[in-house]
Amino acid sequence: MKSLLLLLAALPAAALAQVQLNGAGATFPNIIYSDWMLTYNQAHPDVKLNYQSIGSGGGIRQFSDGTVDFGASDAPMTDSAIAAIGGNALHIPTVMGAVVIIYNLQGVSQAVKFTPDVLADIFLGKITKWNDARLASGNSGVTLPASDIVVVHRADGSGTSFAFTDYLAKVSPEWQQKVGKGTSVNWPVGLGGRGSEGVSATVSQTPGAIGYVELAYATTNKIQYGTLRNSSGNWITPSLAAVTAAAAGAMKDMGPNTDFRVSVTNSSGAQAYPISTFTWLLVHKSYSDTVKARALVQFIWWAESDGQAKAPQLGYAPLPRELHPWIEARLKSIKAAGRSVL
Amino acid sequence: MTSLPVERLARPQSLHATDRSDRIYRRVLTGFALGLPLLILIILGVLFTGALPALKRFGPTFLWTSTWDPVAEIYGAAPMIFGTLASSVLALLIAVPLALSVAIFLTEFSPGWLRQPVAFLVELLAAIPSVVYGTWGIFVLIPFLRAHVVPPLKAVLGWTPFLQGVFYGNSLLAGGVILAIMIVPYIAAVSREVLLAVPASQREAALAMGATRWEAVRSAVLPYGRAGLIGAVILGLGRALGETMAVTMLIGNRHDIGVSLLQPAYTMAAAIANEFSEATTNLYQSALFEVGLILFVLTVAVNAIARVLIWRVARGQAVGSRAL
Repeated sequence: MKSLLLLLAALPAAALAQVQLNGAGATFPNIIYSDWMLTYNQAHPDVKLNYQSIGSGGGIRQFSDGTVDFGASDAPMTDSAIAAIGGNALHIPTVMGAVVIIYNLQGVSQAVKFTPDVLADIFLGKITKWNDARLASGNSGVTLPASDIVVVHRADGSGTSFAFTDYLAKVSPEWQQKVGKGTSVNWPVGLGGRGSEGVSATVSQTPGAIGYVELAYATTNKIQYGTLRNSSGNWITPSLAAVTAAAAGAMKDMGPNTDFRVSVTNSSGAQAYPISTFTWLLVHKSYSDTVKARALVQFIWWAESDGQAKAPQLGYAPLPRELHPWIEARLKSIKAAGRSVL
Repeated sequence: MTSLPVERLARPQSLHATDRSDRIYRRVLTGFALGLPLLILIILGVLFTGALPALKRFGPTFLWTSTWDPVAEIYGAAPMIFGTLASSVLALLIAVPLALSVAIFLTEFSPGWLRQPVAFLVELLAAIPSVVYGTWGIFVLIPFLRAHVVPPLKAVLGWTPFLQGVFYGNSLLAGGVILAIMIVPYIAAVSREVLLAVPASQREAALAMGATRWEAVRSAVLPYGRAGLIGAVILGLGRALGETMAVTMLIGNRHDIGVSLLQPAYTMAAAIANEFSEATTNLYQSALFEVGLILFVLTVAVNAIARVLIWRVARGQAVGSRAL
């Protein structure tokens, strides 16, 4: 009787209680995040989600400043950035993307093949002609022109650049030592394009150009891209399945206690596409507002389970199923007012 | 005795000195008038505070070193300062003759029915968003430069240091040309107003002395309006220094100093626009603040020099000098 009364008292309050969750960050997952939030809100009208795609760096900053309830980033936070907010940050991978190599070669219809060292040396400015012997030896049967290679990279800070330079740093000691990895780096050669559209427009208008964009961007705009040799020695054409395979291949290096801030570039999976990357939601380990925290964690869990089905049709690679127990464990560790919220 | 009416005539507002609404009105206007200079000081203050970590870390070397490495956290702005000045100067070299020709033609030589349509179309150039200029630049201007401008230029002037290297498209040349097109309408519109304000008696006097139309323009009209014309050019320069979107799409965004127009470069405004939102570390953000501070100081300096130039040229009598 008493509990019934309590329930009756609680009902109208629950119906009125609107939870507003604000997030900001990476532009790459914006399409699927918006879709998830819209779909989730239809099933849960009391939870209003708002996401602003201001870029990964901005997302990390707003998340760290506490101006948003959750952040999103294509590049993980650094140790010092996490330490700066007292370690109160968790990285939850949501979907995956890949970086593909695009080029402008008139009369070459087959996909050009790049080995890791050739790709690194092109972006280091050491291979400067398309008919270079090392490039040609990987592309038997394809006549590459004698023209100059014009490198095009992102001029703005970008998670795409992070994944690409992270890969180059792994496969080339010289790149690691001279350039390193980051959302912006000191490019040894090349022209800078603003945004994916800037890079692809410059590549498309410059004979002999080579650049890199997101896989989803290349497929929606029907841009031809190259094939890469992965760490197992297989030639891999970029595809969503090959991207998911990269995460599956990287799982044994991660281990179940991972904080998910791992790079899955140059993954060891046999069918893994080498320049694959997670995109992460940034959440706090502990929240002060229980209602908000519970709504947020429930939304994320929905995105990780039911939401994944939507990924391929929107151009994103879903996470491997095997990863889900690990993510669930991490979501369960999120606390509000000292208690687990899930 | 007689001094009273004279004083009243000289200062008629003193009649209403005690009027309350007048005083309020004056205070509101004073507030607004002081607000704008105050805003500039606040902007300067914010830029300076933001730039402080970079100022402390790099000191004056920031101005003349050219490494821009966000990974190693080493920043030097020399390539951007150079690129900003070089692209703006190149734009002026192309735009000033073009815009002055348009203005002189429209005021002195054009048949009456052509004046309004041409002036309207030239001024319409100013209404095009800069991102449209950028896109047009990538898909039309660069292929045009590559096919029809650079080969003959290289054939004639290829021996100069300004045309060394291979032209890939995005370059100082492409950035400078797009800037020139963008500032032509400003320079042309102001120059036209200045030339229109030159009294007809100036032309008539020159023509009466037996000058041709061109000689009248050169010896009477242009010198009379020179202060206003300098003002028009400075207005264009100010636009060129700060223009961001179209330039970043065409200039190649490369932190490099080279005298060749065919090589990519970078400008301060473009770098801030490109890198600010993803500047994750404090020092990186601060370095961009310092770039902003340099751009601010540079723009103020250019305007100050222009003002001095106009004062010295004008000496109070030429057309347009009061307005500028």
